[in-house]
Amino acid sequence: MELTARDITCERGGRIVFRDVGFTLRQGQLMQLTGPNGSGKSSLLRLIAGLNEAQAGTLSLSGGAGELAIGQQAHYIAHQEAVKTALTVEENLAFWRDFLGGGDVADALEAFALTRLATYPAGLLSAGQKRRLALARLVLVPRALWLLDEPTVGLDTASLARLVDVMSAQLDRGGMIIAATHVPLGREPDCRLELGRAA
Amino acid sequence: MNLILALIRRDLSLSVRQGGGVGTALGFFLTVVVLLPIGIGPDQALLARIAPGALWISLLLSVLLSADRIFQQDYEDGSLDLMTMGPVPFEMVALAKAIAHWLSTSLPLAIAAPLLGFLVNLEPGAIWPLALAMGIGSIALSLLASIGAAVTVGLRRGGLLVSVLVLPLYVPVLIFGLSASDPAAAPGLTLASLLILGAIALVSLVVSPLASAAALRSYLK
Repeated sequence: MELTARDITCERGGRIVFRDVGFTLRQGQLMQLTGPNGSGKSSLLRLIAGLNEAQAGTLSLSGGAGELAIGQQAHYIAHQEAVKTALTVEENLAFWRDFLGGGDVADALEAFALTRLATYPAGLLSAGQKRRLALARLVLVPRALWLLDEPTVGLDTASLARLVDVMSAQLDRGGMIIAATHVPLGREPDCRLELGRAA
Repeated sequence: MNLILALIRRDLSLSVRQGGGVGTALGFFLTVVVLLPIGIGPDQALLARIAPGALWISLLLSVLLSADRIFQQDYEDGSLDLMTMGPVPFEMVALAKAIAHWLSTSLPLAIAAPLLGFLVNLEPGAIWPLALAMGIGSIALSLLASIGAAVTVGLRRGGLLVSVLVLPLYVPVLIFGLSASDPAAAPGLTLASLLILGAIALVSLVVSPLASAAALRSYLK
């Protein structure tokens, strides 16, 4: 399985955010995405997830399920947590399990130490706990590609360690991760992509 | 299919728990219907004549009251982003959310309407035709409302704009709904109106998911 991007140019609101970005990500590899604010890290992740359209360039995932779009084989963790405050922690995950297909809620709760909070309304969670709930989707439904946009924001040391564990498991399974972050991820990334340098 | 049911179930339990959805709409419906006789005066014959029209117009307004929230929260908290990445076409997501709106808001309003009819001296013979017409028409109302909700999802205070956009689309539903609710009409005419009302609902069923999904996609970009 291999994700290839060639000469991607992204435009947002009439401004070119980045141009001619290319990379190749192979099975079991972690890519760290860096660059100053506004350099297009989030735009690139949204673009891979299929939420934005590229101005130019091609993006392809070989070796996956051919009939599915890249976004349908990927997890996207964004700044917005997509957590419903009126539902309990468990119900939030149960919905995504039903919607995205498959997975075990108890395991996902366990992976981010949310088991004790399972019956709490998600509205009572702190920012860090909400983030853990969002990250639990990664464990809940297995998908080949993870797109993580600043995944460590709001996490304490213990949760960060859990995230690192979960990421290692994904890479060991042969999955791929693209993480936009400046925080060390506990292991050396297989490749780096720096956006926003004068091209 | 399970996944669509899961989405409808989630939206229903959200609307029950968050409150403000069907309760507010029912309250608004009741208030408009109560205000009407006060504004028009105690002429019972006149009230009976305008009762179906008054109930239909109140229904349209009440349905629109909650329409802007069909997609808004999911758009703001990022859930819609993730729903485009699910295993089903995004159109099905839009359809499921419109159906959830129908079940949680429009259908309860349509069921309540004949009861509120007593406040405006609705003829007893008109109760069943009205209930049937509103039951069918309310499907179209929710589906059309979801288009307006999708078009205005990224706008602050889009609620009023939804009404301005969607009310013109409600005109056919209103015309045929009224003619199907008229107990004095020939039975053939009532049936024909009901069938056209059903046709409008079916056309909305096809057009609404396509239009809503297209509008939502352009916002997510």
